[in-house]
Amino acid sequence: MSEKRKLTWTRREVLKGIAGAPLVGAVLWGGATKTKQKAKEEEQLLEALNIKAVAPPPSGSMSGDPLRIGIIGFGIRGKQLCRALGFAQTSWIKEQAEAAQIDPLNKQLQTFLEQENLNVQITAVCDVFDAHAEDALASFNSNENKIKRYKNFQELIEAPEVDAVLIATPDHWHAPMAIAALQANKHVYVEKPMTHNIAETYQLKDAAAESSAVFAVGHQHRQTQSFLTAQDVIQKNILGHISLIQANTNRNDDNGAWQYQIHPRANPNSIDWKQFIGNAPFTEFNLEHFFRWRKWWAYGSGLSGDLLSHDYDRINCVLKMGIPSSVSSSGGIYTHRDGRNVPDVFQANMEFPGFSTGGSQEAGKELGMTLVYSATLGNNYGRKTLLMGHDATMELGNSLTIFADHGSTRFQKEIEQGKMKPGSEIYSYDPTAQEVDGMSSATTQYFADKGLLWTYRDGKRVDSTHLHLREWLSCIRNGGTPSCDIKAGFEEAVTSHMAGLSYKLGRRIDWDDTTQQLVPIRGIDFDEALLANVEKVS
Amino acid sequence: MERMQVSTKALTALTVLRIFIGWHFLYEGILKLFNPNWTAKGYLISAELFTGFYEWLSTDSMIGIVDSANIIILIAVGTALILGIFERSAVVLGIALLLMYYAAHPAFMSSPQLGAEGNYWIINKNLIEAAALAVLYQLPSSSFFGLEVFRKKNKTLKSVEL
Repeated sequence: MSEKRKLTWTRREVLKGIAGAPLVGAVLWGGATKTKQKAKEEEQLLEALNIKAVAPPPSGSMSGDPLRIGIIGFGIRGKQLCRALGFAQTSWIKEQAEAAQIDPLNKQLQTFLEQENLNVQITAVCDVFDAHAEDALASFNSNENKIKRYKNFQELIEAPEVDAVLIATPDHWHAPMAIAALQANKHVYVEKPMTHNIAETYQLKDAAAESSAVFAVGHQHRQTQSFLTAQDVIQKNILGHISLIQANTNRNDDNGAWQYQIHPRANPNSIDWKQFIGNAPFTEFNLEHFFRWRKWWAYGSGLSGDLLSHDYDRINCVLKMGIPSSVSSSGGIYTHRDGRNVPDVFQANMEFPGFSTGGSQEAGKELGMTLVYSATLGNNYGRKTLLMGHDATMELGNSLTIFADHGSTRFQKEIEQGKMKPGSEIYSYDPTAQEVDGMSSATTQYFADKGLLWTYRDGKRVDSTHLHLREWLSCIRNGGTPSCDIKAGFEEAVTSHMAGLSYKLGRRIDWDDTTQQLVPIRGIDFDEALLANVEKVS
Repeated sequence: MERMQVSTKALTALTVLRIFIGWHFLYEGILKLFNPNWTAKGYLISAELFTGFYEWLSTDSMIGIVDSANIIILIAVGTALILGIFERSAVVLGIALLLMYYAAHPAFMSSPQLGAEGNYWIINKNLIEAAALAVLYQLPSSSFFGLEVFRKKNKTLKSVEL
């Protein structure tokens, strides 16, 4: 190209050459303006709300001599607790490795392998079923970890090589075992509900008070980041006065309805049936009762003790509202008429007439709250837990979302100025937004949504049970009180039993906060009614 | 071989198409550039095809490079298409990027099509945009309208061989 030709640009050519440049400028301006404006609005909103989604400092040091743990009950939950402590059965590791190969999104093995070493040994196991106990021996016995089987829980508790026990048995054994361990000054981590009837709830409370051992109840969601964030939301009174809370159980699969598998090796010779029965009404050997014990009031607590207990404690750890003044329950066996006597559709209305989370309107206008727990084992549409306040609604699970309310007093100005849109999100905390997890079943998803399976620390997925056990171990080693201590356990157990009693008796159950007792009903023995192995007591 | 004249009207239409696609690329790139929280991790990790490859791209060691590369390519392609320079290179890069987006989340009948505002089966907007870029490759317009006017005055493609 010659110099001469270059100099022959016409004005038209120049325009056609450079006309695109202003367009690039326009797009840059548009993009920058939009993002800046959005960031500014978000910043203003977050500043106004000032919610802190910060993880708590980890519980104390795990150094020192290894703590020696005895595991009582090595069934489904016992195995999960051992994994959270860092001990997985050989068969589980193999299964998960294969599952991760098929589905790269399945992170269960990865989460387990990345778990912190809690510096514990599992030195003892007690399970009334030989196959379970032998599984623990075969998987955990090594040069660094010597484990011994005890045929009776009392012997395990008394064993000098046991410092602390995990209790993951059917519900009717929780309190007798926990009380025996506390009396022997052995630390206790017991699964929920912590008791099976009213009388032993008080006995366990006394035993915990008199013992120097550390006591914790297995409500692991207390470690979930979203619940800690929710506590900050309540403290800052962002929702205004909460008048209604709804919490739900939505399940629709065999596992979720407690139709667990029956082990092929199970027979009267491999199961210590008498020890399984314990203080429950005697029944002849029955494999269904043994493996699917949650379906009968004699050993389990139905939806009230099994799942309402979780949902109640999820709310209680955020609001600290204590025991309801009354509970009315209803429901029935509507979708699993398979011989069970606990309901599979269940609703409980829990009243807290004197409770307030704080308000934004004139003093004295707002007081009192209802917690509605609604459960079905025949449908798994994901109804969320909702905390409904005058100013906003909080949707709470593994994630947390807040929606401004149209009638809000606190946010009236922001709504009028268009800074907040009623009904749309004003705050959202979702640790999983950039993480997709492989799920193994509908029930797993149900638990994960409720913050019961795992949470996130520094962007890494952590088993919430692992954190909960860590907190208990830290209290044993360094002092302190676990987040789900005997007080929280007592409130959870009493509330669950009130709900169960109300269902069985078909009437309202009242709580007297002054005497710290259930209000008696003439002619009714509450524990007799609760333990009766029938659907309803009329 | 028969030669086909590309009329000024056709070149004008091609220029509009080129600028529109460039605008879209550039705007997407700019929004991602100014949003410090943006990452392709979620998109990659939920890929439906070639999951191993996309999972590798989403690993901690790769995601920073992938995110930066995505933003740079979007902005570079967008700017080049609007300004009308290096058109064919930009078109090739743009098609490659769009096909990577498509392969991660193809519009199969079984795919969830998260975030899609319309209804698509096999053909979706990523694929249509890639096809439009292929047209631009065959019928470049930068020498008619764009910085190429200066660079390649002697090679004005008022006609192309088909």
